[in-house]
Amino acid sequence: MSPFKQQIRYESQRDLRFADEIMATPGCEDLGGCIQCGTCSGVCPLSIYMDHTPRNIINLARAGFKDDVLTSNTIWLCASCYHCTVECPKSIKITDIMYALKQRAIKDGVYRRGIPIPVLAREFFNMVRRNGRVTENWLATILYLKTDWLAMLKMGGLGLKLIRTGRFSFTMDHIEGREQLRKLLEPSSNNNTSASQGAKQ
Amino acid sequence: MRYSYFPGCSLKGTGKAYEESLLPVLKALDIEVHELEDWNCCGATAYMAVDESAALKLSARNLAIAEKAKDEVLAPCSACYLVLRKTQKYIQEYPKVGGEVRQALQNAGLEYSGNVEVKHPLDILVNKVGLDAIKKRVKKPLTGLKVATYYGCQIVRPYSAFDNQARPVAMDKLMEALGATVVHYPLKTRCCGGSLTGTISDVGLRLVYILLKEARKNGADIITTLCPLCQFNLDAFQDQIKSRYDDVTTPVVYFTQLMGLAFGIPESELGLKRNIVPAEPALAGKV
Repeated sequence: MSPFKQQIRYESQRDLRFADEIMATPGCEDLGGCIQCGTCSGVCPLSIYMDHTPRNIINLARAGFKDDVLTSNTIWLCASCYHCTVECPKSIKITDIMYALKQRAIKDGVYRRGIPIPVLAREFFNMVRRNGRVTENWLATILYLKTDWLAMLKMGGLGLKLIRTGRFSFTMDHIEGREQLRKLLEPSSNNNTSASQGAKQ
Repeated sequence: MRYSYFPGCSLKGTGKAYEESLLPVLKALDIEVHELEDWNCCGATAYMAVDESAALKLSARNLAIAEKAKDEVLAPCSACYLVLRKTQKYIQEYPKVGGEVRQALQNAGLEYSGNVEVKHPLDILVNKVGLDAIKKRVKKPLTGLKVATYYGCQIVRPYSAFDNQARPVAMDKLMEALGATVVHYPLKTRCCGGSLTGTISDVGLRLVYILLKEARKNGADIITTLCPLCQFNLDAFQDQIKSRYDDVTTPVVYFTQLMGLAFGIPESELGLKRNIVPAEPALAGKV
């Protein structure tokens, strides 16, 4: 990675459709109304770890700096605590915007590599689509196998404690109505999120 | 009172102790619950990050099954509670979402017309059963037990309607009704970090450390919570936190476990053995 980081953004880096595409997602319509007060960044328990604060992400998103936004760690550090959404003086559903950005980053395949959260989201999605339920320790095991073997070793002690306290599930749980679930999710299972609908406009 | 009980994945997995303590407490208060038939995952946080439309359909299947059963839904897990209520709101407020969800349900032979109430047990206990009735049921008051009430994030924000979003008090009042002393705990609605403890531990463990340290600093013997993910995060990583930062060992139990103890339900029937940081030393001599 170059030691020189570009500090300004150029007009040519903007994707002028991006803001409209995000705003087409239910819950994200008010993106444009942000007054940049920074309340979201102030209340966010994770903003200090983010490469762009929530306020900054909102500004970059509505200006169309798609690449900055979708490759940021911000959207994946957001743990959906909804504090920003509740406190926003303009009633912008910032958590929903973060969800829309996560969906778009996964759909475009440009999510930040090297952090396991997008992989967790995808594996969670796959497990639920298949079984209708999540078995937490299986999900964690799959995640570590796919992202970080070393992390699994570090978590080995915790796994043993869960076994000892009877909180570990050895089998994978599933619902009876798996066929019904397949039918329920079928029309949209090809990942046609609202982001792609927005792109058609 | 009769409810469709929606356990969610955690109460059948790492959060078993929540179910084990909730059910006898409800029974002791003559609240009848039936597990929602063939319920599925609520969709939670991770599902919403991949496909919103699918997440809402998934969640709506549970609502459709509950509507058929003609009961209100009791959702003890904060994420389930939030997602089910959010789904209801989005189906109602966005005609396009509503249409898509109804179509998907129809494809699966289901129907949902919007007549289901989703409630949290804390809401039912404090606002419907009432603190007076709970006080009457207390056999062994938790006198002298200093409790930090940790609500976490998703139970109060943003779709909940039974308590203050910034400074909730329902669990505080409940603990006082059980005879316990509630300590000042300004971080009561601060996020535990969710899955970050397992994915980016540098960040996740720090958040949990701050929550535990604050409780200890304010004199808590024990932390009580109402969310399976909060309980897991605060309970399961304390040895890692000790080696990284500081010894802030504090047991973390579900509010229903403390209710059960105060009601005189034997400790062995309340899932207390499932704690990774044992609660017994903090409870000794107090229950």
